[in-house]
This record gives sequence, structure tokens and C-alpha cells, in this order.
Amino acid sequence: MPHDGHDHTDPPDDLTLRVKALESLLVEKGLVDTAALDVVIETYEHKVGPQNGAKVVARAWVNPEFMALIKEDCSAVIDQEFGYKGRQGEHIMAVENTPDVHNVVVCTLCSCYPWTVLGLPPVWYKSAPYRSKVVQDPRGALAEFGTTVADDKEIRVWDSTSEMRYLVIPERPAGTEGWSEDQLRALVTRNSMIGVEEAKSPETVL
Amino acid sequence: MNGPHDLGGQHGLGPINPESEAEEPVFHGDWERRTFALTLTCGMLGQWNIDEGRYARERQHPVDYLSNTYYENWLAGLETLLVEKGLVTAEELLTGVAEGKAEGYRVPDVDATRKILASGGPTRIQSDLKPSFSAGDKVRVINQNPLTHTRAPRYTRNHTGTIEFGHGVHVFADANAQGRHEGVHLYAVRFEADELWGEEAAGGPVYVDLWEPHLEPV
Repeated sequence: MPHDGHDHTDPPDDLTLRVKALESLLVEKGLVDTAALDVVIETYEHKVGPQNGAKVVARAWVNPEFMALIKEDCSAVIDQEFGYKGRQGEHIMAVENTPDVHNVVVCTLCSCYPWTVLGLPPVWYKSAPYRSKVVQDPRGALAEFGTTVADDKEIRVWDSTSEMRYLVIPERPAGTEGWSEDQLRALVTRNSMIGVEEAKSPETVL
Repeated sequence: MNGPHDLGGQHGLGPINPESEAEEPVFHGDWERRTFALTLTCGMLGQWNIDEGRYARERQHPVDYLSNTYYENWLAGLETLLVEKGLVTAEELLTGVAEGKAEGYRVPDVDATRKILASGGPTRIQSDLKPSFSAGDKVRVINQNPLTHTRAPRYTRNHTGTIEFGHGVHVFADANAQGRHEGVHLYAVRFEADELWGEEAAGGPVYVDLWEPHLEPV
């Protein structure tokens, strides 16, 4: 859906009116607290996002023990280490990319996604084209992101059908030996943690 | 249900056409923001669970589901639940005019909302229930066509996979969508690409989380 480029003189569209009408009805009935709505929006628009996941990945890259722990029970460990917990992040498992295996995550039935580490999912993740294609033709789907996975690499597709959430740990880029967690974090993109792209190469941030 | 939401393996739905990660906003328009927040806060009234929420979206007419944008589907689901659960009447929804205050609901304020967002809603249940399957077991997904909500995707039905690992006992989504809170074992099941899509399959294995009632031993 294109970004709303309307100027302020345009009349509100049907959806805007429908949602405003619903909100005012619910407020009038005493079923929602307007200030609570603002808390929800503020949380997911500004506080929770892929910057959280990037910290987890950077730590996993420098700390093999941490990597082992998050592959078992990511949610417990990142709550303890970073305080990341909450809705749509109750049960997270990390899946690690290696020279032999590339992981990619989808929710074919709706839009399940690890909110506590990645925020809300992008439009394409929730869309019919991605959800339908990536389970049957992962190489074709990844090619639409400009990503090529070697033919001899196994692509594992994780369909998030339960309340388990999957976080991809991309491969650590070559040429980053000795980098700190803070430096490494800049290489970790949201898309690399869904598994549709690789982490950035070091040249892109130097 | 065999609904429009069950998309795995469908063809002809067009290119993925991703927006650039650096430029994509969290919400595309204020109505999306409000729809998202209304859905979460109304959910916090405790009148329906997450699986009932999903079921409300996916039982729209398939043409509506597929032509709506994502948050239009959320809005449709929210309106359905508000009326079905008796929080608002169909008349109120149509006119936008409240017939009176809703009584007897605990409406979360700012602090309660923050707490609920931070604590989430875990579905794993401490239980002594013994699992029927263990890693390496071959299982087949049952052939079922329920009219109600199921989290076993159509593309897995009747196909054989291997238990990769158990996730422990979780709330069974299919029952939860009908208001029955039951804990059963949940497993990550690996399906090989040729098993799902035939000899010409170009993909890799697909891992699907399935609950014990979805599975039978092979």
C-alpha cells in the first residue's frame, strides 16, 4: 500500500472515518481508554523494533555460550540479559544460519512474528505473495529480495503456526574479526533476522 | 476452516514487492495506528482469546480477505468480535451512536496496559502430560476439513514428516478458538520438500509447529 501522501485539505477517506467512528463509539461506551491506545502505539512505533534483535544477534556472534543458550530458549535468556519480553515474544527460539543451512521464517496462516525483538512485521511479511510463495519456492522468494543462496545450501523454512516465534541468527560477515558488539550491531538488518537477506557486509558501514 | 488465509503453496498472488527496509514506516496512515491499538486494547478486556481473534479475521468472505489490506482485516475481525461478544450492538456499529455505557468490563488504564504488553500471554503450560512422540519419530498429519479454526496448514495434510523436537505442552489453538482452554504437546515437524510439493520441488524442508491432535504415528 502506498504511503499516504495526501495534504491536509483532502477529505478523510472511508477507512479513516470508519476507524474514527469505531474509536469514538468505544470511548463513549467506556470500553477503551484513549491514553491506553497511545501507550500501545508509542510502544510499537518507537520502543520495540529490530534494534532489539540486532543486539541479540551481535552478542550471539561474539559469545558462543550465549548462541547455544538462545537456540534452546531465546525468550528466557533475552529477558534476563536485555529485559526483552512481552507480547508476541513469549516463546522465541533462535535458528542459526551456517555455511550449510539458511533459515527463513514465515507465517502462512496469518502474521506471527517475534515482536519483542523485531517489532511489528513489514507489509510484505503479512502479504499473500510472500506467505504463499516462500514455503514452496524459497529460492524464488529470496531472489525477490536480491538474495541468492548457493544451490548446495539447505534452505529451512519455519512456518510459525503456533505461539513459538523464530529469530534467524544470520551468518557473521567475513572481515569482522575483532569487532565489538556495538560495531557488529550495525550489520544486522531486520530482513536478515527474518532470513530473506544476509547481514550487511563490513564495507557498507565503514 | 479451508479459508483464504491458508496461503502456503498457492500460486498467482503476484510479486512480493518489498518496500525498502530503511524507508518502510511502522504504520501506513493514522487509521492503521488506531486500528492496531484498538484491537490490542479491546483484546485486553478479556472477552476473547488470540485464536478467536484470528478466526474472526479468516472467516470473512475470501474475496474480502484477499482484497483487504492487512489492517482492514484486523478492523473487520474486531468489529465482528465486538458484536458477537455483545460489547456493542450491530445498530451501534452502524450508526456510531452509543445506546448506553457498557457495564461490567475492566478497562485497562495506562499502567495496566503497559503491564499487559510487557507480560504477554504465554501459552506454554507446566504439565505432567507425557508426549506421544519424540525427536526422530515419523508422523502423518491427519486429513481433516474442520469448519472451525485450525493451525494445521492445508499443505501439510496427509503428509509425512519427522518430529524435529518437542516444544512442551501448549494451549491447543484449534480448541482455544472455540473457547476451550486445553494443553497438549506441541512439536516442530520437519517435512521434506518433495514430500510436500512432489519430485520437481525446488525448495527445502519446511518446519511446521503442530499439536498432537494433528498428528498420527506412521
